[in-house]
Amino acid sequence: MITLNVNGKDHALDVTEDTPILWALRDVIGLTGTKFGCGKALCGACTIHLDGQATRSCITPVSLATGKKITTIESIGDTDVGKRVQQAWLALDVVQCGYCQSGQIMSASALLAQTPNPTDEEIDNAMSGNICRCGTYPRIKAAIKNAAKA
Amino acid sequence: MSTPTNTPKQVETLSEQGMRRRNFIIAGVAAGGGLLIGVALPQLFDGKGDASPAKTAEDSAKNAFSPNAFIRIDKDGLVTLIMSKVEMGQGTFTSITMLIAEELGVDPAQVKLEQAPADEKKYADPLLGGQVTGGSTSIRGAWEPMRKAGAVARTLLVSAASQAWNVDAKDCRVENGYVLHTGSDKKIGYGELAEKAATLPVPQEVTLKEAKDFTLIGKPIKRVDSPQKVNGQAIYGIDVRQPNMKIATVAMSPVLGGKLVSVDDSKARDIKGVRKIVKLDDAVAVIADHMWAAKQGLAALDIKWDGGRNETLTMKDIVSQLDQASSDKGRAAPGAVARSDGSFKEAFAKADEKFEAVYQLPFLSHAAIEPMNATVHVQKDRCDVWVGTQVPALAQAGAVGITKLPPEKVFIHNHHIGGGFGRRLDVDFINQAVAIAKTVDYPVKLVWTREEDMQHGIYRPYYYDRLSAGLDKDGKITAWQHQVTGSSIMARWIPQFFKNGLDSDAVEVAKEPLYAPANIFVEYIRQEPPGMVTGWWRGVGATHNTFMVESFIDELAHKVGKDPLQYRLASMGDSPRARHVLEVAAKQAGWGQPLPKGSGRGLSVQYAFGTYVAQVAELEVKEDEVKVKRVVCVVDCGMVVNPDHVRAQMEGGINFGISGALWGEITVNNGKVEQSNFDSYRVMRMREAPVIEVHLVQSTEAPGGIGEPGTAAIAPALTNAIFAATGKRIRQLPIKNSLVAA
Ligand code: FES
Ligand code: FES
Repeated sequence: MITLNVNGKDHALDVTEDTPILWALRDVIGLTGTKFGCGKALCGACTIHLDGQATRSCITPVSLATGKKITTIESIGDTDVGKRVQQAWLALDVVQCGYCQSGQIMSASALLAQTPNPTDEEIDNAMSGNICRCGTYPRIKAAIKNAAKA
Repeated sequence: MSTPTNTPKQVETLSEQGMRRRNFIIAGVAAGGGLLIGVALPQLFDGKGDASPAKTAEDSAKNAFSPNAFIRIDKDGLVTLIMSKVEMGQGTFTSITMLIAEELGVDPAQVKLEQAPADEKKYADPLLGGQVTGGSTSIRGAWEPMRKAGAVARTLLVSAASQAWNVDAKDCRVENGYVLHTGSDKKIGYGELAEKAATLPVPQEVTLKEAKDFTLIGKPIKRVDSPQKVNGQAIYGIDVRQPNMKIATVAMSPVLGGKLVSVDDSKARDIKGVRKIVKLDDAVAVIADHMWAAKQGLAALDIKWDGGRNETLTMKDIVSQLDQASSDKGRAAPGAVARSDGSFKEAFAKADEKFEAVYQLPFLSHAAIEPMNATVHVQKDRCDVWVGTQVPALAQAGAVGITKLPPEKVFIHNHHIGGGFGRRLDVDFINQAVAIAKTVDYPVKLVWTREEDMQHGIYRPYYYDRLSAGLDKDGKITAWQHQVTGSSIMARWIPQFFKNGLDSDAVEVAKEPLYAPANIFVEYIRQEPPGMVTGWWRGVGATHNTFMVESFIDELAHKVGKDPLQYRLASMGDSPRARHVLEVAAKQAGWGQPLPKGSGRGLSVQYAFGTYVAQVAELEVKEDEVKVKRVVCVVDCGMVVNPDHVRAQMEGGINFGISGALWGEITVNNGKVEQSNFDSYRVMRMREAPVIEVHLVQSTEAPGGIGEPGTAAIAPALTNAIFAATGKRIRQLPIKNSLVAA
């Protein structure tokens, strides 16, 4: 049994230590807001926060999360910065298919929590691990700037 | 994705004809006692097949009325839109809601959306007709029927109110879900009127609002699906959970078209959580408690494949077959003539100057961010499929074939789609999920890994096109020939419409270039590459042929020493809208103004999907890397339903097209696809995204499609800009290879 603290709640899971957090969240706990896109830390769809750090859950085993706090898209709106990011996303109607956006919002929130007023280059660096096949990049960038100002 | 292949004219005819028939809208009592309006959105391919899509659509209109979208007004006033259509990201739900709300007089934010539940017979019927939602979800198809449906509902509600009050209906108006009486303070909510309205006869004629009276159409209304997509609540196919559900993942024959010989699963069975190993003809699946266990199980299998005849297949084979088929001498059979006006041969022979070029486009993967998946529960007397698909009817037909259950026992539950781009117009992965689920009695969610998704795609065809032009001594085009060679998507996907060897999608745009002279010849030569299954990819025929035509015209301009903008304008036929978008784009982009060395601007202009679009790309080439800096896009898509959606679709479409043009290619070696994930199949990331400026042309013309034009027109703007920057002409995509090779 492995205990994961997700969005403030402890979950005792019967999975092996090497199970990526992604599948523990989606298939065992049932939190499906965190998405699967590549399984190799190439697309960012699975981004969560591990003690506040943006983390690719598809390659991070549950063993690395014991004793830490996992935050997912389902509860990021409970934080001040997460809420601002979500609101900026709504104000600019960023989403298209929306599938990548959980990961985008998690990466953006982590960025703004650490760098409240990021430059374009800082945004590019923090966000270039998150692919959006619908090509919503211009709006993601604008929304991050909006959220920074809010 | 909007419709593959159909010319806008056909769509216009279709909706005009459709709407003249009163029986295109029905009204009646909803379950639970409210008012139900049913409307038939035109289905461009209804699967029955006949000489042409237009004819079939008209026929089906004559033969049967099968509503496929419903508006329900409950007794408590709740307005619900029920559609079997799926939201892929283009804002279709929002736009269609706006069309209804405009005429019905309600706030679009208060319209609730429901996916047509496939298990309620009432709504299941439309799914049975073999419809495909390709073009019908687009605003082009919905523009009139949905407004008219709203107007019918409004008229019935007003009649109900006027009868209740015993006043003239003319003295009543609607506002925000209420009917109001002008001249008194009488006011009554739609909910209270719904039951009565449902019993009144459907009006023979309804008047639609004039454009000047629109309060919603033309406004940047916010998307209805945004809130649930920013907080993780939106449920995509891959998010489906059912009681006792298990997860499966597969390995398919690495060699395309290969077969499974044997599997040693002794190690896999020992892995915690692994439940079952399922052998299929060409694949092995592992069913487990969760995806990790399934993946571990798969990795532990010892699988023997028989690659079959594709075991030695390489790109060289495929390209040389295309080359041979495309040449006049080498081909096995004559091409199918798409257009022949005047005499190309004579005019070409007489021309003062002659130019010929060969252009090539690679196989492409859609690489939708949500990997292919489907959840299926097969029981003795029913089969449930939870999936995000553009083609519920094909999904159902597939499941019927595999389970041998009657169609009314197969239920397709459609979900949000994490990127379609054409990939979800095929049901291969759904069929596979049904075949796997059939072997167990619990629900199974099949999830493809990214690697399987990329290596067993339905790829955009490889095209190998020859273009020839004859010019007079002033550089004017007198003869034009375009020979298209590639696989036929239509022959595989909708064979009823593949007639006399002609694939109308393959020659879209090529058949009607904006620069067509009196002597023009366009033909299609079908050449199927071994092993590869090809299908629709965002922008379809236009993505292919706009690259060809807009590259060629640019080459001609440079050959005769003319400015590419002026040469296009001078060579264009009578097309004021094309001319206008081109001129505005050039002006907004600062066409002709100097740029630093190594930088350049390139143009493209296109008419497709009922929409005119011109693009100017500005980029810099440094050590064989292209940095796209800015794209100016001017779009005339007729009447704009939601300007913000048009902008969003142009931005996204352009970025999608840039990924494809710069880096996209699927290649085969020894019968195996060489790319496997986003490291080997490069796509755009934020730091590579250009500034995109979208300008909309005000227009009262019928609405055109917006999901695909942006993608379709960008590649030649890039290669033309690279020529301006470096003098290197790129005739083969992706750009990354050609730049290095040039
Ligand atoms: S799924 Fe984890 S980065 Fe793509
Ligand atoms: S919104 Fe579709 S992938 Fe980003």
